[in-house]
Amino acid sequence: MGLAWSRWKKMRKLRHREVKMTRIAELVKGERPKKPIPLQDQTVRDEKGRYKRFHGAFSGGFSAGYFNTVGSKEGWTPSSFVSSRQNRADKSVLGPEDFMDEEDLSEFGIAPKSIVTTDDFASKTKDRIREKARQLAAATAPIPGATLLDDLITPAKLSVGFELLRKMGWKEGQGIGPRVKRRPRRQKPDPGVKIYGCALPPGGSEGSEDEDDDYLPENVTFAPKDVTPVDFTPKDNVHGLAYKGLDPHQALFGTSGEHFNLFSGGPEETGDLLGDIGVNKGRKLGISGQAFGVGALEEEDDDIYATETLSKYDTVLKDEEPGDGLYGWTAPRQYKSQKESEKDLCYVGKILDGFSLASKPLSSKKIYPPPELPRDYRPVHYFRPVVAATSENSHLLQVLSESAGKPTNDPGTRSRHQLNACKRGELLGETPIQGAPTSVLEFLSQKDKERLKEVKQATDLKAAQLRARSLAQSASGSRPQPLSPDVGHCSWHMALSGGMASTRTSNFKPFAKDPEKQKRYEEFLANMKRGQKDALERCLDPGMTEWERGRERDEFARAALLYASSHSTLSSRFTHAQEEDDSEQVEVPRDQENDVSDKQSAVKMKMFGKLTRDTFEWHPDKLLCKRFNVPDPYPDSTLVGLPRVKRDKYSVFSFLTIPETASSPVTQASSEKVAQHRASDKSRKPSRWDTSKEEKKEDSISEFLSLARSKVGPAKPEPSPLVNKEEARATESVSNKVVNKDVDSQTEGEGSRPSMDLFKAIFASSSDEKSSSSEDEQGDSEDDQEGTREADFKSSQETDLVEASSVAQASEPAPQEPAPFFPIQKMQIDEREAFGPRLPPVFCPNARQKLEAPLKEKHKKNKEKHKTKKEHRRKKEKKKKHRKHKHKGKQKNKKSEKSSSSESTDSSDSQSEEGPTDLSPQELLRRLKRLPLRRQ
Amino acid sequence: GRRPSNPPWYSPVDGNYCLTCGSDKTLKLWNPLRGTLLRTYSGHGYEVLDAAGSFDNSSLCSGGGDKAVVLWDVASGQVVRKFRGHAGKVNTVQFNEEATVILSGSIDSTIRCWDCRSRKPEPVQTLDEARDGISSVKVSDHEVLAGSVDGRVRRYDLRMGQLFSDYVGSPITCICFSRDGQCTLVSSLDSTLRLLDKDTGELLGEYTGHKNKEYKLDCCLSERDTHVVSCSEDGKVFFWDLVEGALALALPVGPGVVQSLTYHPTEPCLLTAMGGSIQCWREETYEAEGAPG
Repeated sequence: MGLAWSRWKKMRKLRHREVKMTRIAELVKGERPKKPIPLQDQTVRDEKGRYKRFHGAFSGGFSAGYFNTVGSKEGWTPSSFVSSRQNRADKSVLGPEDFMDEEDLSEFGIAPKSIVTTDDFASKTKDRIREKARQLAAATAPIPGATLLDDLITPAKLSVGFELLRKMGWKEGQGIGPRVKRRPRRQKPDPGVKIYGCALPPGGSEGSEDEDDDYLPENVTFAPKDVTPVDFTPKDNVHGLAYKGLDPHQALFGTSGEHFNLFSGGPEETGDLLGDIGVNKGRKLGISGQAFGVGALEEEDDDIYATETLSKYDTVLKDEEPGDGLYGWTAPRQYKSQKESEKDLCYVGKILDGFSLASKPLSSKKIYPPPELPRDYRPVHYFRPVVAATSENSHLLQVLSESAGKPTNDPGTRSRHQLNACKRGELLGETPIQGAPTSVLEFLSQKDKERLKEVKQATDLKAAQLRARSLAQSASGSRPQPLSPDVGHCSWHMALSGGMASTRTSNFKPFAKDPEKQKRYEEFLANMKRGQKDALERCLDPGMTEWERGRERDEFARAALLYASSHSTLSSRFTHAQEEDDSEQVEVPRDQENDVSDKQSAVKMKMFGKLTRDTFEWHPDKLLCKRFNVPDPYPDSTLVGLPRVKRDKYSVFSFLTIPETASSPVTQASSEKVAQHRASDKSRKPSRWDTSKEEKKEDSISEFLSLARSKVGPAKPEPSPLVNKEEARATESVSNKVVNKDVDSQTEGEGSRPSMDLFKAIFASSSDEKSSSSEDEQGDSEDDQEGTREADFKSSQETDLVEASSVAQASEPAPQEPAPFFPIQKMQIDEREAFGPRLPPVFCPNARQKLEAPLKEKHKKNKEKHKTKKEHRRKKEKKKKHRKHKHKGKQKNKKSEKSSSSESTDSSDSQSEEGPTDLSPQELLRRLKRLPLRRQ
Repeated sequence: GRRPSNPPWYSPVDGNYCLTCGSDKTLKLWNPLRGTLLRTYSGHGYEVLDAAGSFDNSSLCSGGGDKAVVLWDVASGQVVRKFRGHAGKVNTVQFNEEATVILSGSIDSTIRCWDCRSRKPEPVQTLDEARDGISSVKVSDHEVLAGSVDGRVRRYDLRMGQLFSDYVGSPITCICFSRDGQCTLVSSLDSTLRLLDKDTGELLGEYTGHKNKEYKLDCCLSERDTHVVSCSEDGKVFFWDLVEGALALALPVGPGVVQSLTYHPTEPCLLTAMGGSIQCWREETYEAEGAPG
């Protein structure tokens, strides 16, 4: 019931208000309603212009409900349920606004919501000048009409000046100064400005009512006309002086057909603008224009489709400038205004005490005219053509340099433009780029260079002759074609000989697809090198047609040039890869911590100290030393970290061992050949083949060492001469190991190798039945070697000789023949010295110390003991297998290591532990005795 | 081994500050005597595994699971530098004597020497000789001592330009120099502490009785090198006489694993970490100021 009542009240209220509103509207229109509006015409609209329907108060009343109501069946808008967790906190507190009508919330309602200037801050002065200035600012502002802030914030109090003036009788809108008799003429409104719609009240200070009155009493004085302040806005843009850009006003609301004047005039035009602005602003601000069409509410739609033509803009800089011939620049207004200003200078008002008017005007600054340009001056810079200095055009160069006013260059002081980067670097004292030869010429020997020089001189001479001849010919006019083939040939010949006469055809094969052509090309180059000028003609195939020949000639010449020019420049740009992909060597630490198994046993025995310690040379970084305040222990070395050496990359073949039995008579013969071959070609890159050879030797060492170990007493090797301290240390550690170890270690060496089956599966050599049955180490390695060779046969194509021998060897079963093995060994050792150690890592320190002499002896002994050793081994075979398992179990405990490194350490261990020992037999015996104990 | 949280660290100079770090990605600076938290340093992306302070207490360094080594300014609490380059968790960090270099040992088996003076992002030198993760690094005036999980103690002698590698066998959890600089104490996962002669690598003493099979536990020497102290996984701290090697005391700390401990540089005062708490132990005569939680 209460609800219904309130609803009814509301409805009543509404109705009253609406009716009142219509009445008022009619009153405002000024027409007195003749007749009361019939009931059916009395319409009610809400503030959005929609009709509202009334129902009878007793037939449902105000149609609250679904249709034109508050929005719901119940007639009110329920506060919407918000159930999100975030909004739980802010409860909807109902304020008085929630119960008020919307009309009351309007700007001036009971609870105004929008910000309105209160009376305290409302400007009391209707300062027109300020308003004008504001309008001006609004018009020129980037966003038209954006002076809202100024509107809002106005000073609460008038300034003291205002107060004073007011007290002196000044009124707003008046000018300041003595009153004048005659009121100044009103300025006529600018005829060019159209006035649309409601114009602002006229800008003058006078009331508009008195305008028509011509009657002016004599004794009436008038206040002087107010002066609009000059707008001294600083120039903060990058436009030219007085350039305004497009007035946004004009662009947006501009009148059609008007000419856009980018350079408006001086101050007087600014004054115009001040006067006009109100008028121009007659239209409401807002976005309008062609792109937006014409809104339904807009009155004017005259020029919707007006086209923007270029004729509206200035295409030519104004030339109607009076008098002065300075085109395109806005003349200073001094000339014009000076005369006036002289007049203006006469001050009309009272002169203050103590001051007097200046009798003469200030002397104006003298203006000096700009310097006169020479008559033939052209404001365009002309670049001289750059001519490369060659023998051909030296004359031209000279002429050019003379014309440029420079003395002829002598070779000592060349201008910097003629130097290339290298030469400039030389002049600056830089060290030339290392590693990359800048020119192929550097590859040549001194002799070749001299020869080249001679050739070059010869060709130069010839070329000069030729040129003379051709010049004479062309001068005589007997041959009208511009370039005879001879001359053409000559030119590229020159280029070639000048740049690079010796092309190394080995790495540049432009015609590799066509071997014959390539051959011809190479021949051509060779001829070229010899300085034959008819090289091209000679090498061409006589069977070809003229056209083909011509083409090939061009091609060859171009290819030769291309190679000559690009190769040297490119090579200086690139450096060699630090580690070539296909190189067979990698850097590995020279010394590595040896296998831990012996150390483990040492730890178990609590024999810390020498047994568990490895000592390495280690290079700290220089900076690190500095930071630690420690002198650099190796001041000369550039090395950081552990010393590194180059080794072969790990491959299957690195871990294969080849017994000395592999050297058959055939091998021997062939290997001698190989040796010769090598001797002849020392610089050749070592191939895989060499590696296997070395391994052979390495194995012989290991073989020997194992022998030495099995027979302790007499087989003591001579202590090798120590090269330096580190190596001494290395030996020491090795010897330690050997002391600690026994037969056990031998098994380990084997354990690291891949199983026999693997190799068989890979290399599938079937001929070895004895080795397969007995698993003799020798058999193994022979087999392995075969595998190695076969693989090499496929991979390396260069060493034909070697291959042939290896194949022969593989086909024949190899009887043992120790004697011929030595030359190879020697040779290999030499090579090792030349190329550095190339064996798997840990072997190296030992290997380095080995000299030939002890090797030989060892080797012989080795042979002698071989059979006994075999038997010995067979006996051990069972034990070995058993222990292998054990060893694996041990290994599990250890933390995982990198597979490659562990592999290497293991495999190498088998070798290194067998290194030359300097321990006494007693010591070894003692160890041997102790071992069984440990095993229990 | 894995480290739960909060290894304490004593200011080496006066022992007035104590630094903890842990899985909450922050470092905390404490006054260990009063148990007051002085400052929290946050900036790590993962748990902080180790922290250390400079000789002048002006800067800290820390390393953690985010593979970064961070240099902090103590006063402002700001990150001064962040060194990135390790490929794995940083297990341990140390300043050198003059706090010009930070040495960080990581699970990626490298020790990296970061220059605090220059703005270089790369380490001055990378010591990559270890075959497994680095668990502990200590620095003396001219040496870097590193224990690795590969069972070796490596001592890099900058003055001599040599690397001494001692094989211990079991994965090493903690190493430290004795205060006289003559010995190294090595604790490994075979529940054994070993005292090695620094120069020769000989075994001087062996200390057993505690349990250390799984975690990376700390060990240290007492303030006068009289005792060897080690954490244990059975909730006790073990004290051995250094010379005789006999167990002197098994101090029950709590039910869990004693993860970390530090001895006061000059006084008989021990900090232990268990779970999320730090305890400060002193001799009985000392008037207790309470063990902060």
